[in-house]
Amino acid sequence: MRIIALIKQVPDTGGERRLDLTTGLLDRDASDKIIDEINERALEVALAYKDANKGTEVVVMTMGPEDATGTIRKALSMGADSGIHIADASLVGSDSAWSAEVLAAALQREQFDLVVAGNESTDGRGGVVPIMIAERLGLPAIGSLDSVELSDGSVRGERATESGSMTVSSALPAVISVTERAAEPRFPNFKGIMTAKKKPIGVLSLSELGLSEASGGRSVVLSTQERPARTAGKKIVDDGSAAAQLADFLAAERLI
Amino acid sequence: MSNVLVLAEVTPTGELSATVPSLLAAAAKLGTPVAVVATAPGVGSALTEQLGSLGAQKVYLAETDAAGSVLSGVAADALTSAVEALQPSAVLLAGSIDGREAAARLAVRTNGGLVHDAVDVRADGDKVVATHSVFGGAYTVESTVEGGLAIVTVRHGAVEGTADAATPEVVNADVSVDASKYAAIDSFNNVKAETTRPELLGASKVVSGGRGLGSKEAFDLVEKLADSLGAAVGASRAAVDAGYVPQSYQVGQTGVSVSPQLYIALGISGAIQHRAGMQTAKTIVAINKDGDAPIFEIADFGIVGDIFTIVPQLVEAIEARAK
Ligand SMILES: Cc1cc2nc3c(=O)[nH]c(=O)nc-3n(C[C@H](O)[C@H](O)[C@H](O)COP(=O)(O)OP(=O)(O)OC[C@H]3O[C@@H](n4cnc5c(N)ncnc54)[C@H](O)[C@@H]3O)c2cc1C
Repeated sequence: MRIIALIKQVPDTGGERRLDLTTGLLDRDASDKIIDEINERALEVALAYKDANKGTEVVVMTMGPEDATGTIRKALSMGADSGIHIADASLVGSDSAWSAEVLAAALQREQFDLVVAGNESTDGRGGVVPIMIAERLGLPAIGSLDSVELSDGSVRGERATESGSMTVSSALPAVISVTERAAEPRFPNFKGIMTAKKKPIGVLSLSELGLSEASGGRSVVLSTQERPARTAGKKIVDDGSAAAQLADFLAAERLI
Repeated sequence: MSNVLVLAEVTPTGELSATVPSLLAAAAKLGTPVAVVATAPGVGSALTEQLGSLGAQKVYLAETDAAGSVLSGVAADALTSAVEALQPSAVLLAGSIDGREAAARLAVRTNGGLVHDAVDVRADGDKVVATHSVFGGAYTVESTVEGGLAIVTVRHGAVEGTADAATPEVVNADVSVDASKYAAIDSFNNVKAETTRPELLGASKVVSGGRGLGSKEAFDLVEKLADSLGAAVGASRAAVDAGYVPQSYQVGQTGVSVSPQLYIALGISGAIQHRAGMQTAKTIVAINKDGDAPIFEIADFGIVGDIFTIVPQLVEAIEARAK
């Protein structure tokens, strides 16, 4: 089986993230950049299948700036076999529709049984790119899987509904996305880190994909405003009366 | 006024999704609200009156047997057909799993533009302007769609108000779904237990517990305080990961975002990803035994102390006042 995992470089959610107030785009220099945690989980789904099924090949694909190579290397050190990096200066600030069009064009050049992605990135949060890709490629898609069972010709799993969950399945090839329930990602080990340096990464430009610019509707940022940061209020150390003081505070605020 | 389509999701048990009222209210701000319903035969027609009372002036009804067995395709096909038939100025969908999937497919099919996670919408001339609350409310961003149909996913519970009730005109649409293009729904499982507690999203008070609770049994403490306040129950991801509560309780970056009047964090350190889901609460209370826990940086009232000592006393004090 050949599995392609889609990965994305994002600002570390563990630190403060900033938007550029004039463009509304992410201020890329304000934060550390890492592989999105949800992508590590998606990759884990692929790697777990590879561990159990010899002959499985796992490829990671990313669209991102030049330094997103670091994200690919991380994935290779976890155990992916090779990487594909769509890097083009004109892709800065792409919206979800255009990102999906570019990724779909790159996937079209590949053989695969399964494309696996995260259900939503921590910086975009749209949760639409994997499904847009499936629509473009004419493939069945299952988004937001909480668990994944992969077999030779099919994929099955559970996903949440408003009132519980459902079991869903599809023949392969298919596109799936996973939630943070789906898998706990492994840590790269020393051997993985060493061999990752030798694994191949193919770089693609937009013109190599036969694309130039987005054709359809685009989402456009009109304005960006920063809200004042929240500040700390009263802090007391419990001396036996804290609960009573809190009850007084809640009553004064008309919350009880 | 132009038509504004709303995908009115229907639950597996045949009820309107909780997301529908605010979607119709949002649509009424932009034009004539039209509910698009894709269900099994007989289910949708039973819902038209209710849709009217929520503001739908037209119901575009696609009833097909495929609705319970084909994943997300029926909604996408019904919307595609409704867009062709009704030439809307915008399409609004819930930010739910199904809503997003239908939005994604529709955007590709109509060459439209998609903006997601709107917390409000307004019309500006013929533009649809969506407001977003980004990075846990640290930024307010306005966006629009240029060069194509505006497709907007709306955050559940964010848009307030209601649309005027109407007696909807029903359009029966003939939508034939090619099941081979989509994944299959094999079964629906474990419907959530009924609870008398308010739903986390939209609750005016929320009490959340973290890893500091230490066990599933001890999480009772969170529920007791919540019940004494009439609050919804939330949790940190660490509490969810430890199995104290189901995932649907998770507040934060990858869980739900809440903006209640009161948020009480018990045994939660206040990691930035947790704060992203609750820092827009009006009043924040934190109880944590570590005086340096970052949750205190945003708490209006912080207590450094042991939850197992303080919370029972607090419940008692609240109950005493209620009498
Ligand atoms: C991509 C990503 C997304 C994430 N999304 C989310 C999210 O959506 N929501 C979320 O919550 N987290 C999220 N996290 C995880 C987040 O980083 C933290 O790990 C998590 O919030 C910690 O939960 P906690 O505060 O319960 O646990 P801890 O950080 O372990 O804190 C437990 C606290 O309990 C206190 N405590 C212990 N015993 C007592 C006692 N008896 N009395 C009083 N206090 C006590 C301790 O002092 C400590 O401060 C995400 C992380 C990543 C990387």
